[in-house]
Amino acid sequence: MTALASSLTEQKQASVSPPLWLLAELTYRCPLQCPYCSNPLNFAQTTSELTTEEWASVLRQGRETGAAQLGFSGGEPLVRQDLGELIAEARHLGYYSNLITSGLGLTKAKVDDFAQAGLDHIQVSFQSSDPDLNNAVAGSRKAFAQKLAMARAVKDAGYPMVLNFVIHRHNIHQMNDIVALCERLGADYVELATCQYYGWAFRNREGLMPSRAQLEKAEYEVNQNRARLLDEGSAMKLIFVTPDYYEERPKPCMNGWGSLFLTVAPDGTALPCHSARLLPIEFPNVRDKDLKHIWYESPGFNHYRGNSWMPEPCRSCDEKEKDFGGCRCQAFLLTGNADNADPVCSKSPHHDRILAARQAAECATASIEDLTYRNDSNSRMFFRG
Amino acid sequence: MVTANPATNAVTTTNIPRFRRGFRFQWEPAQNGHVLLYPEGMVKLNESAGAILAEIDGQRCVRDIVAVLEAAFPQADALESDVIEFLEHARQQHWIELS
Ligand code: SF4
Ligand code: SF4
Repeated sequence: MTALASSLTEQKQASVSPPLWLLAELTYRCPLQCPYCSNPLNFAQTTSELTTEEWASVLRQGRETGAAQLGFSGGEPLVRQDLGELIAEARHLGYYSNLITSGLGLTKAKVDDFAQAGLDHIQVSFQSSDPDLNNAVAGSRKAFAQKLAMARAVKDAGYPMVLNFVIHRHNIHQMNDIVALCERLGADYVELATCQYYGWAFRNREGLMPSRAQLEKAEYEVNQNRARLLDEGSAMKLIFVTPDYYEERPKPCMNGWGSLFLTVAPDGTALPCHSARLLPIEFPNVRDKDLKHIWYESPGFNHYRGNSWMPEPCRSCDEKEKDFGGCRCQAFLLTGNADNADPVCSKSPHHDRILAARQAAECATASIEDLTYRNDSNSRMFFRG
Repeated sequence: MVTANPATNAVTTTNIPRFRRGFRFQWEPAQNGHVLLYPEGMVKLNESAGAILAEIDGQRCVRDIVAVLEAAFPQADALESDVIEFLEHARQQHWIELS
């Protein structure tokens, strides 16, 4: 490298901060079939997963690049038989490691082994506070009982407990029950995450999106519960992620493209967010390049850094430092061009698509059985064409 | 999980603070500072916050921690009220627990 080239590289690196978060999507395999899964529609096409050695090397490179938080997710990360090994490697490297799991495939012995290996936290996801609804959404008859048992095992092993519920029109009426269940289980954090419409959730949007009245009632109930918990001095924290489809300004997606988050997909594709794969952009692979190069130098990660790429109305908007023009994936899914302003923004010329989705949510009638379940055979339909 | 009412349980010099389970305090070279890591989150700490939390070992009481800090920073004035104020903040954030 010439002196000039290397000083340019240093300058560029100085303006880009290191990634804080590494999300390791170990596999797309999963025993459940959630119709809001954020995995790509054609996930079944991915056959070549990174090996244990390749993942260990990704973890090392991520840590060297500055990441402190590590998420093991998927798919269902427990499908990987080498998870314990990777947890130990993560601890050795100094990560704070989070296992994001459906609870299926977990056992009490594994919960204890992982703690020994240095896992910091296990997040168990539920589909509902009600066993029947939970199992209908998950597409598995034994899911709820297993999740309950594993949530208890996580608590018994002394981990901090985060329970995650993806919220949609079929369970949004359950806020009080969900909070009560979480209190019984002794959760420290409860994530009530309304569906974000990417991947399978975008495909199923009409059948998932709550109406405004549903949303307002849920928000009210969450606030009531929050006030009560505060009053009781409870440390349990409710995190309610509201759907941006009911906002007039977009979310500052991923805190800015390539600013904090680095995802590595099962086949080694490196992404600035877990749904970015759907964009018509070429993303680098950890099999070809090291993570530091990927983060600072790759065209994929630099594509939407800064704001010189913005067209109007974002280009001349005084809010662009605040929301970065919103989500690129949402812009692409709703307008066909990822450069556009996120249509959630009321200044976007495509905002009518959001209004139409809200309208549709007012009169949606689809039941759970009408949703397209996330499974291998449905996935194959998306790449056979 | 119900803990004591936060309004009536403020930090005193005889309390022994410890990190709440799931909270890890460490030095991050990439941040050039101390951080507190917890489930899916991280707080970057400024120098004084880092210096105070670095003394928490689950053994020493607040009074001892103040003494250690005053010995380490002799040019500073009495630190007790600053340390207690910060630990009170940390307690309200549920970063630490007291015994
Ligand atoms: S969202 Fe559901 S189907 Fe998708 S990976 Fe998670 S548990 Fe599996
Ligand atoms: S026009 Fe663009 S930058 Fe301005 S508020 Fe809307 S999305 Fe954000």
